[in-house]
Amino acid sequence: MLKKLLAHVPLFVLGMIASGQALAGSDGEALFGRSRPWQMWLQDPKTPSAEAVYDLNLLLLYVEVGIVLFVLALLVYIMFRFNAKANPVPSKTTHNTLLEVVWTAVPILILVLISVPSLKALYFADSAPDTEMTLKITGNQWYWSYEYPDQDGIAFDSNIVESEDLKPGQPRMLSVDNVVVLPVGTKIRLLMTSNDVIHNWAIPAFAVKLDTVPGRTNETWIEIKEAGDYYGMCSELCGINHAFMPINVKAVSKEEFAAWVVKAKVEFAGNSPETSIPGKVAQLNQVAQ
Amino acid sequence: MAYADHDDHHPTGLKRWLFSTNHKDIGTLYIVLAMVSAIIGGLMSWYIRLELAQPGLQFIEDTQFYNVLVTAHGFLMVFFVVMPAMIGGFGNWFVPLMIGAPDMAFPRMNNISFWLLAAGLVLMVVATQVDGGPGTGWTVYPPLSSADYQPGMAVDFGILALHLAGASSILGAINLIVTIFNMRAPGMTIHRMPLFVWSILITSFLLLLALPVLAGALTMLLTDRNFGTAFFQPEMGGDPVLWQHLFWFFGHPEVYIIILPAFGVISQVVSTFSGKPVFGYLGMAYAMSAIGVVGFFVWAHHMYTVGLSVDTRAYFTAATLVIAVPTGIKIFSWLATMWGGSIRFEVPMMYAIAFIFLFVVGGVTGVTLANSSADLPLHDTYYVVAHFHYVMGLAAILGMFAGFYYWVGKMTGRQYPNGLAKAQFWFFVVGVNVLFFPQHFLGLAGMPRRIPDYPDAYAGWNMVSSVGALITAIGTVLFFVVLWKTFKSGEKVADNPWGEGATTLEWTVPSPAPFHTHEELPDVSEKAPAE
Repeated sequence: MLKKLLAHVPLFVLGMIASGQALAGSDGEALFGRSRPWQMWLQDPKTPSAEAVYDLNLLLLYVEVGIVLFVLALLVYIMFRFNAKANPVPSKTTHNTLLEVVWTAVPILILVLISVPSLKALYFADSAPDTEMTLKITGNQWYWSYEYPDQDGIAFDSNIVESEDLKPGQPRMLSVDNVVVLPVGTKIRLLMTSNDVIHNWAIPAFAVKLDTVPGRTNETWIEIKEAGDYYGMCSELCGINHAFMPINVKAVSKEEFAAWVVKAKVEFAGNSPETSIPGKVAQLNQVAQ
Repeated sequence: MAYADHDDHHPTGLKRWLFSTNHKDIGTLYIVLAMVSAIIGGLMSWYIRLELAQPGLQFIEDTQFYNVLVTAHGFLMVFFVVMPAMIGGFGNWFVPLMIGAPDMAFPRMNNISFWLLAAGLVLMVVATQVDGGPGTGWTVYPPLSSADYQPGMAVDFGILALHLAGASSILGAINLIVTIFNMRAPGMTIHRMPLFVWSILITSFLLLLALPVLAGALTMLLTDRNFGTAFFQPEMGGDPVLWQHLFWFFGHPEVYIIILPAFGVISQVVSTFSGKPVFGYLGMAYAMSAIGVVGFFVWAHHMYTVGLSVDTRAYFTAATLVIAVPTGIKIFSWLATMWGGSIRFEVPMMYAIAFIFLFVVGGVTGVTLANSSADLPLHDTYYVVAHFHYVMGLAAILGMFAGFYYWVGKMTGRQYPNGLAKAQFWFFVVGVNVLFFPQHFLGLAGMPRRIPDYPDAYAGWNMVSSVGALITAIGTVLFFVVLWKTFKSGEKVADNPWGEGATTLEWTVPSPAPFHTHEELPDVSEKAPAE
C-alpha cells in the first residue's frame, strides 16, 4: 500500500519542480506575448504591472510548494511510523495547546507576509495618474471595437482570422484582421465597455484582465516594455463564439506608431461614429438637434 | 406484543418508496438520485474532455451545445450530485443514527424535500433539451442569460429547476437543524456530537441563509426575462453586476455547503482507522463554524475583474486569506489525529488520506487566487478550473467515496469486495490527478475557461488531461462494479466491522440498520466525551 502511494506521489512533485524549471529557463527563445507548447508557468511579463504580478506569483509558488511538500512529508512519515504494524497500540492524545497555537499562528504570519506584496501589486496595477494616451475598447458579440480618442478618433473593428484564411506565421485562433497598434514605453489608459453582454479583454503578458460591462466603463493601464505581437482571448463566457474573439496587440516604437497613425487615419476614415457607444450617442444627439 | 405491530409496520413497494417517511429510505433515495445525476453529469464532462483532447472542433460542431454541456455539468454536479449525496443521503441516513434519534423531526417534510429535488432534476434535464438549452455557464450571468441573448424557454426551465432544488434544500436544512437541536439522545450534548453531525448542522445553517438569496436573484432574472422588469438590464437602468453580487453571496457559501459534510466524513474515518479520538475536537468543530461564518463575507473574490474599486478588492483579498487559517487547523488536526495512531489502511482510510493531500493542493492554489493582484493572469482560466475541481470536485467526491465505503456495510448489511475497491481507488485517484493537475499549467499559460477549441500551444496538456479523464472513467465504472458485487456477493457485515476506533452510535445498531432504530433512546451520559 505504501509503495503504491509513494509511486504516484512523484507525479505531483515532478509537476511542481518542472514548473519551477520552466520559469527559470524560458527556453531561450525570443517568443513572448503568447504561450508555448507544454508551457507550465506564466507568460513573460511585459508591463510594470505584469512584472509585479509575476514576482508575486513566484513568491506564492515557493510558499505553496513548500506547504504542500511539508504536509506530504508529514503524511508519509505518519503512514510509515504509525501504521498498525509499526505502532499496534494507539496513543490517546487529543490535545496539545502549544501545537494548536502554533498551527493557528504560523499560517496567520505567512498570510500577513503574503498580503504585503500582494496589496502593493494590487494598488500599483489599478491605475496610473499620468497616462499619455487612451485606448477605448468595446466588446461585441463576437469581435472587439477599438478607438483612439487622442489620435483623432481612429476607430475600427477587430475580427478573428478564420483558420482557412491564416497567412504563414499567424497563430490559429489568436490572429485578427485589424491588430491594435500601440507604442512601447508609453503609459496608456485602457477604457472598456460593451455593446451587448459582458466580455473580458485580457492579455496575459500585460497582466490585464478586465470585464467589459454594458452600461459601465472600466479602466486600467499598461506601459508595454518591448515591441512585438501580444495575444489574448475573451475571458468571460459571452455566447456561442466566446472562444473566437481574440485580441492581438502589436507593440511598436513611438516613431512607427506615429507613422501608423497617419496611415490608419486614411484607412479607417469615416469608421468612428458607428463602432462605439459614445459615437452612437453623439450621432443620436446630432439627429436630435 | 400485538400493540407493537402498528409501530413496526414496514411498507413495501410503491408505498415504501414513493410515500416514504423513513429517514433511511429517503437517504437511500437521495443516494440513488445522486448516482443517476453523477452518471449524466459525468458523461457530459467526458464528452467535454473528448472534444478538448485535440485542438479544433471534432465532436461538437455546435458551440451552443458545448456551452450547454458546461452549464449542465456544473448544475448537475453541484445541486444534484454532491448536495443530495452528502446532505440528503449521508445526512439523512446517519444524523439520526449518530445522535441517537429514531428518525428525522419532520418525516413528511423529508419526503417532500426529496421529491422536490427529483422534480428539479427532471426540469434541469428538460432545460437542456428545449430551445437549444441554456448556454450561460452555471453562474447564469446576465445580460448573456437575459431573453435577448438566450431566447426560448431553456433558461426559464433552468431557473425553475434551481427554484425546486433550492426549496428542497431549505426544507431539508430546516429538518436537519430541528432534528439535531431537539432529538439528541440523553447525554448527547452539542459538544459530544460526532463531527459529521457538526458538519451537517453548519451546512444546514449555510443553506438556510444562502439559498433564499439565490431564490431572490433567480426570481428577479425570471421576471426580467418574462415580465418586463429590468433588475439586471443596463439599457433600462438595471445593473448586471448586481446579479453577480447576489449570485456569489449565495455561491461562495455554496462551495462550503459542498465541502463541509466531506470534512465531517473525513473526521469520522480518520478517527476510526487511527484508533484514536479526533485531535482537538472543539477546535475542529469551531474551525468549521468559522469557515461557515467567514464564508459569507468573501463573495466578491469571484468578481475581481468586474471593475470593483481597488479598496473593495483589497478588502476581499484580506478576508479571503483569513479562510486559510481555520482550513489549516482542520488539516493539521487530521494529521495530529493520525499521529500516534494505529493506522489501518482500509479503503475508506485510503480515500481520507488522498482527500487530505488533494485538499491541501487545491487549498494552496486558492491562496494564490485569493490575491486580487496574483489573480489577474489566472482569473477565468483553467487554473481556476483546476483549483475548484481539486477543492470542491475531487475533495467532495473523495469524501463521498470515503463515506460510501465506510458506511456501505451499515446501509446494506454487506461488505464491499476489498481488492476491487482498492483497484477502484487507484484508478480514480490517479485518474483525477492526471486529469486536473495539468490544468494548472494550462491556466498559468493563459488558456481561458469555457472554450470548445483552443490555440494550438495548449494541445499537449489538454491531451494529458483527457487521458486522465479516461483513467477516471475506468475508476468510475469500477465503482459501479463494486456496488453490484457488494449487493450480489458481499460478505455479511457485523454490527461494528471497524472495531474499537468506531465509537459513534451508528455502530451500535445491527447491520443492515433495521427499518426502525433507536426506538429506545440510547443513554450516552456515561460515555467519555468525544474530545
